[in-house]
Amino acid sequence: MENKGIKLINEDGKRIDGRLYNELRPIKMEVGVLEKSDGSAYVEQGKTKIFAAVFGPKELHPRHLALPDRAVINCRYHMASFSVEERKQLGMTRREIELSKVIRHALETAVFLEKFPRAGIDVFIEVIQADGGTRVAGLNAASLALADAGIYMRDLVVGCAVGKVDGRIVLDLCDIEDKYGEADMPIAFSPRLNSILLLQLNGKLSIEEFNEAIKLAKEGCMKIYELMKETLKKKYSYIIMEEE
Amino acid sequence: MSEYFIGKPSSFSIKILHEKIYELLSMNKRLDERDALSFREIDIKTNIIEKTDGSAIVSLGKTKVIAGIKHEIEKPFSDRPNEGIFVVNAELLPLASKSFEPGPPDERSVELARVVDRCIREAKAIDLQKLCLIEGESVYSLFIDLYILDYDGNYFDPSVLAAVAALSVTNVPIYKVENGKIIKTEERMKIPMKDFPVSVTLGIIKDKILVDPTLLEEDSLDAILTIGFDSNSNLVAIQKSNLGIIPENLIEKIIFIAKEKADFLRKKLMESISNG
Repeated sequence: MENKGIKLINEDGKRIDGRLYNELRPIKMEVGVLEKSDGSAYVEQGKTKIFAAVFGPKELHPRHLALPDRAVINCRYHMASFSVEERKQLGMTRREIELSKVIRHALETAVFLEKFPRAGIDVFIEVIQADGGTRVAGLNAASLALADAGIYMRDLVVGCAVGKVDGRIVLDLCDIEDKYGEADMPIAFSPRLNSILLLQLNGKLSIEEFNEAIKLAKEGCMKIYELMKETLKKKYSYIIMEEE
Repeated sequence: MSEYFIGKPSSFSIKILHEKIYELLSMNKRLDERDALSFREIDIKTNIIEKTDGSAIVSLGKTKVIAGIKHEIEKPFSDRPNEGIFVVNAELLPLASKSFEPGPPDERSVELARVVDRCIREAKAIDLQKLCLIEGESVYSLFIDLYILDYDGNYFDPSVLAAVAALSVTNVPIYKVENGKIIKTEERMKIPMKDFPVSVTLGIIKDKILVDPTLLEEDSLDAILTIGFDSNSNLVAIQKSNLGIIPENLIEKIIFIAKEKADFLRKKLMESISNG
């Protein structure tokens, strides 16, 4: 979208919400927030607020979709009708269908699917408020929920958005930056495998800018990765304390 | 199972194929005797469907995609009152592959349509402001419809080629505005094009990279990445469209190769547009 005279980065290099180019928004994470699911998580990143829940591994329905050598992940990324500026129509939009697919692929790569042949694992991501970076925050929530459900994983999937705003590469775009900026690039890494599990780009970047963006995203992801690990440890430290 | 070959179906034939493709790539060879970084044979024909405003059929090896464009006059979006509209739709026809099923668009066709849309939109390929008739009231709305006719791997690149080739030859009627009314005239005009984006799909297998995977290769690759470029070699779209991992230290090389191949594809595209 064209920038209609809104200045997104000021002379001091501060962004519209006062952050520097490489600063993340405040992040809050919690696991085990929903009682009835096998694993769940809540992630808040700035004004982006997301719940994720995992059910399974369990019997897969419909049964003919079951695979003899591994589990199938069914992933739904969905936004609440009130999560965006103008009320979103009910039902899945094309965007939500696409994002469910790329998030599923990232999770499928991380989970040891071959440990649960013929089974199904349901992953539900509900965006209750969207303020940029929802697919990566949703992915982070989903991977926390999977860990919370005790499902074997190679690593936590950790995602972060980078983009180009007012000609500069910046980390963790908020909604206004996403809308009026030049590019938005969500990336998810597996730090343990030194690999990229999700990569999309919407917008224009030169090759140099792309390389810079990948580096910046990695820095951001490593910070989020530490937070995620701490969040999981915190839950179990409470359990140990209770037992004592 | 090697760390490189993660989350993929573990059937024996695929494992063997994975090893075989890697072994061949080490000698810069492929199963179909291409080298690692070449495309299959490309054929682009334009204006093949008379009832459309513009159309193209593209074959990339045995993969075949047809694009047709029709226009309507519609109200613009409220946040862009002086711009024309375009909508990309894609359908994976059941006649193209046994893995495609009839019915409403599934996630793969939605993904394909959105990737093609992103390439055209982010490259600002169409001068949308020139498609406005009455600001806030009436604009041209272009429906870019893609059908996969035959699927032998990599439907992204021929789809972008077909969509852009069809757009480049599209003729829409000129409408006159008289007393706030819109009247269709006999004259026609070309769609004002500002850029000609192309996409390049690459496969990654361990530390090797290949371009334009076939269906046989797609199943055995570690990851598939589609990258869109505009005419100035800017990246305009990226989609990692399958499960699997891309080693971080390969990504710069992947982008470099993709850019070279994008230039090659665009040359083919421009030749066919000027001939067609």
